[in-house]
Amino acid sequence: MSTTETIDLVPIEVTVNGQLYRREVEPRLLLVQFLREELRLTGTHIGCDTTYCGACTVQLNGAPIKSCTVLAVQADGGEILSVEGLAKDGELHALQKAFSEHHGLQCGYCTPGMMMSAHALLAANPDPSAKDIRKAIQGNLCRCTGYQNIFKAIEAAAAELRGDG
Amino acid sequence: MSWVGKSLRRKEDERLVRGQGLFADDELGAGMLHLYILRSPYAHARILSIDTAAAEALPGVVCVLTGKDVLEHCDPYMQLGPEPCDKIRDLPLAVDKVIFQGEPVAAVAATSPGIAMDAGQLIDVDYEMLDAVVDAEEALTDKIILHEAAGTNRTWHGVYEYGDVEKAFRDAVHVVRIPRMHFHRYASTPLEGNACVAEWTRQGTVDFLCNNSFPGFAQQLLAPGLRLKSDQVRIRTYDIGGSFGNKIWNYVYMALAALASKKAGGRRVKWAELRTENLLGSGHGNERTFLDTEVALDKHGVITAIRSRHIDDCGAYTRYEPLGCVIWSQVLPATFKLRNMRIDFTQTVTNKCPAVPNRGYSRMQHLWFMERIIDICAHELRIPADEIRLRNYITEFPYETPNGCVYDSGNYPAMLAKAKQLVDWDKWKKMQVAARADGRLIGIGIGTTLDSGTNNFGQAQIMNPHLPFSGNAEVCTMRLDFDGALVVSLGTGPSGQGHETATSQVVADELGIDPSMVQVRSGFDTGWNTYVGHSGTYASQFAVTGLSAVHGACQKLKAEMRKLAAFLLEAAEDQLEFGTGAQGPEVRVRGTDKAIGYWQLSNVINNNNAMLDERMADVTLNIRHVYRPPFRVPDTKRKFGNLTLTYAAQLHIAVIEVSRETSRAQILAYAAVDDCGTVINPQIVAGQVHGATSHGIGAALMETFDYDETGNLLTSTFSDYCPITSLNIPDIAYGSIQTPSPFSYSGAKGMGEGGGAPLHSISAAVQDALYEAGVIVTGSHHSPPAIFAALQKPNRAQAVSVEKR
Repeated sequence: MSTTETIDLVPIEVTVNGQLYRREVEPRLLLVQFLREELRLTGTHIGCDTTYCGACTVQLNGAPIKSCTVLAVQADGGEILSVEGLAKDGELHALQKAFSEHHGLQCGYCTPGMMMSAHALLAANPDPSAKDIRKAIQGNLCRCTGYQNIFKAIEAAAAELRGDG
Repeated sequence: MSWVGKSLRRKEDERLVRGQGLFADDELGAGMLHLYILRSPYAHARILSIDTAAAEALPGVVCVLTGKDVLEHCDPYMQLGPEPCDKIRDLPLAVDKVIFQGEPVAAVAATSPGIAMDAGQLIDVDYEMLDAVVDAEEALTDKIILHEAAGTNRTWHGVYEYGDVEKAFRDAVHVVRIPRMHFHRYASTPLEGNACVAEWTRQGTVDFLCNNSFPGFAQQLLAPGLRLKSDQVRIRTYDIGGSFGNKIWNYVYMALAALASKKAGGRRVKWAELRTENLLGSGHGNERTFLDTEVALDKHGVITAIRSRHIDDCGAYTRYEPLGCVIWSQVLPATFKLRNMRIDFTQTVTNKCPAVPNRGYSRMQHLWFMERIIDICAHELRIPADEIRLRNYITEFPYETPNGCVYDSGNYPAMLAKAKQLVDWDKWKKMQVAARADGRLIGIGIGTTLDSGTNNFGQAQIMNPHLPFSGNAEVCTMRLDFDGALVVSLGTGPSGQGHETATSQVVADELGIDPSMVQVRSGFDTGWNTYVGHSGTYASQFAVTGLSAVHGACQKLKAEMRKLAAFLLEAAEDQLEFGTGAQGPEVRVRGTDKAIGYWQLSNVINNNNAMLDERMADVTLNIRHVYRPPFRVPDTKRKFGNLTLTYAAQLHIAVIEVSRETSRAQILAYAAVDDCGTVINPQIVAGQVHGATSHGIGAALMETFDYDETGNLLTSTFSDYCPITSLNIPDIAYGSIQTPSPFSYSGAKGMGEGGGAPLHSISAAVQDALYEAGVIVTGSHHSPPAIFAALQKPNRAQAVSVEKR
C-alpha cells in the first residue's frame, strides 16, 4: 500500500487467524483495508460505507466487529479471526458446512461476514432460539437469500457443534 | 440415476464459504492504481470549469480524467431508441452539463484508494445550477429539458391496442375508474458494488476483470465507445456479488478505468464503487405512473377490457431504455383472460439516477398495475379477492395473449389453493373478523404474477424498427479433456444462481458420469469464445437458454464420442452404450467387455492419433454449441408476436396488520408458491424464490429512492435506504407446483425474478386492511409515513369510481 509523503506511518502488530503480522500503516487505514490489501485476505468484503451491511464483519478479540469502522491502528495488539481462519487443516467449520448444505449462500458476498457474526453468537450461546439468530445477524445484510436458509444453516451448525446434529 | 431434480450441493460454495471467491475488487497486484470518481452534487447544472491542477500535484496521483479526455478518446455509447434517443449523448463523464445527482464529472487514478479520494476533493468544479425536473408528468411538459440536442424529454411513445376496446366498454355492466396509480423507485442493490480492473495492454487491447452481468451486450457497447474493435475488448468475470439486473449497465463507467490505464501507460486500474456512489449514481428500477385507468367488467366481475395511460420515468439517461417500454407487454394481460386492451405508453427522462433493469424489470410494474386493478375491483364490487381471481384467471394452455405472446403452461387456481393452504387462509379469515371487531386492521392479500423468461429480442424492433436485434441465444463449449473430465464453459456469467452446479447435473446425466467429473469454469471470458451478443445472466432464462446450450453440446459431444469409439472398437455405433466400468466412464459395446474409457478417447484425439483416418477428420471432442429458441420477428406495426418463450408463475399471499399507533404494516404470515415447470435443482429454485420474495417485501415496506424537488436523493446510504434485514423478513412458507413447459427440452422455465409478487400481495393486503377506513391503495410503497398519510386522508372518493350500467 502506498502512502502520501506527509503522513507518518504507525507500526502495528496484529494476530490474524493465529499468525502475527507486523506492519507500518497509515493512521487512517481501515482494518478491512488492512486485511484485504496489506494481508491479502480478501474473504472479508466491503458492501457499504456506513457500517450498515456487515459484509466486513470479523472478530476482534472474540467480539464481532465491522472492520470498516475500526482503524487498523485500533487493532494493534489484538487478535483477529476472519473467514479464512474458520476452517482447520483444510476441514470446513460446522458453519461453513451448514451454509453450503442448507443453501445459505448464493452469490457468497455477505457469507464471510454473516458466518463471523454467527460464529460469535454460537460461542456465546450454543443453543440460540430463532429470535436470537435473527438478532445476531441483524447487522449483516444478505440481498440474495431472503435470510431463510441462513437461519436454517445457523440452527444446523449450532446443533452440530452441540453434538446433537 | 438422475442428477437433474436433485438438490445437489453447490460446487460454487467450496470456495465461497472459505473466503476464496474472486470478486472483482479482490483482484490485487503490485502497481495497481485505484480510481476515484468525482460526482456531481447537483441534479442539473452547467459545468463552467474544472480545475484539476491541485489534484494532479498530489503525490501518488498518476492521472486525472475529465470530460475533455472522454471527448478526445471515446465515442458516445450507442442508443437503442429511435428519434429523439439517438440525439442523447451518453459518455462516461459529463462534458458540459450534469443531469443527475451523482453523475461522474472527473476521475482520478492514484496509487491508493485514499490518495485517489483525497485528490478528488482537490478538484475544483465550477457549476451553474439549473432548475431540475424530478416529476415525470412535469418532465413531459418540456419546460426543463435534460438533453438539449434531443429537444424533448419524451424518449418514447406508443399505443398498444388489441381487441375491440370500445365495444367492450359499451357492453360493460360495471366500469371502474382509477385516475392515478404509481409504482415507486427502488433497486435490489446487490451487496457488491460495481467494480472492475482494467488494463490497456501493450497490444492496444483492453482487458477487463469486472462484474458486468450481460457481457455479450457490454462488449458491443464498450468497444465502439472506446474506439476499439470488438475483439480488442476482453471481458472476464469470476464471482459476482449479486446483480439482479443492476450490473447490466456498468460498462458505462468501466470505460473510465480503461482510459485511466491508457493514460497511465498501461498500469492496471481498479474501479470499485462505494455504496453511496452505488445508490446515487449506478441504476434504479423504473418508476411508473398509471393514469386514467378504466376497467370494463361483466356482471360476474370478469374483466373484459382495460384502457389506461402509462408514463415510465427512466431517470437521466436511456441506457438500456427505452426497451422497458416494450418489455412489459410480455405480460400484457397478466394472468387474466381479458382480450381487449388499450395502453398508451410514454417514457420520459428526469433529473434522477438512470433506470436500469431490476429483478422483474418492466413486467413487474405492469403486473402490479394489473393486480391493483383486479384487487380494487374486488373490493368495489364486493367480490372476494380469491373468487374474482378464479373468475379471471387464464386456464387453458398454451394460451395466446391478445398481443401474440404464448403462455406455455400454468395452473393458477392450483397455485392459489396451495398458497391458501400454506398460509392457513381459513384461520386468518376468521381471525380477521375477530380482530376487526376489536378495531385492529388486518389484511389478507393475494399477488399472482408471471416471470416471463427467455426474451425474444425481436421485441426491441417494436421499440425501434431499425434495431438489428431479434431472437435469443446462449453458448456452451465442452471439451473432453486429457483426464476424461468434461470441461465446460458457459456464456452466462452468473452472480449467485449456481450455474456451475446445475450445469454439472445436466452434463452428468447426459454423459452418465458423476457431477464431480464435470468441471464448469467459473464466470465468463470472451477469450473462451463461449459467447454471443445475448450472453449473460438476465431475464430469467438460464434454465432454458443456458441449459439448452449445455444439453445440445452434450448431444454433439456424445455423437463424436460414439463415432470415435465405434471406429476404435470396430463396432457399429448403434451397438454402443455409455456407462461406467471398472476404470471409470466408458463407451462400450453392449453385452461385451469391449470398452474404451473417456480419457482414452480424449488421448487418441489429443496425443495419439496415428491410427485415425479421414473418416475421423471432423472429430475433435471439442464442441461449441449455440442454442437458439424458435422465435420470429414480431409484427412491429401491430405490436404483435411471441416475446418470451416461457412463463413461470408465482402466487403469493400476505397477511399483514397495520398498527393504528405506528402506521407500520407488519407481516403476520406469508406464503409463496412457485411454478417454474420442471425443476433442475429444487434447493436453488427455492433459494431464488426466497430472494425475489425478500426484494419484493423490502420494496413494498421499506426501500425507496426518494428525491426532493431539486433532485437531491434523500436515501443515498443504506442507513436511509433501509434494505430488508433479518429482523424484517418474515418466515416464508414456500411451496411449488410443476407445469412443465412444452417449449424447453427439459420442461423447465426460466425463473428467479419472481415478478415482484410481494409488491402485489402486500399492496393487496394493505388494501384489505384499510378499505373500510376509506383508503384505496394506489401506490406500491407502504412505509409507515405512507400509511400514516393514507389514514389521515382517506382517498376513496377521489381514487376510484364505479359506474353500474
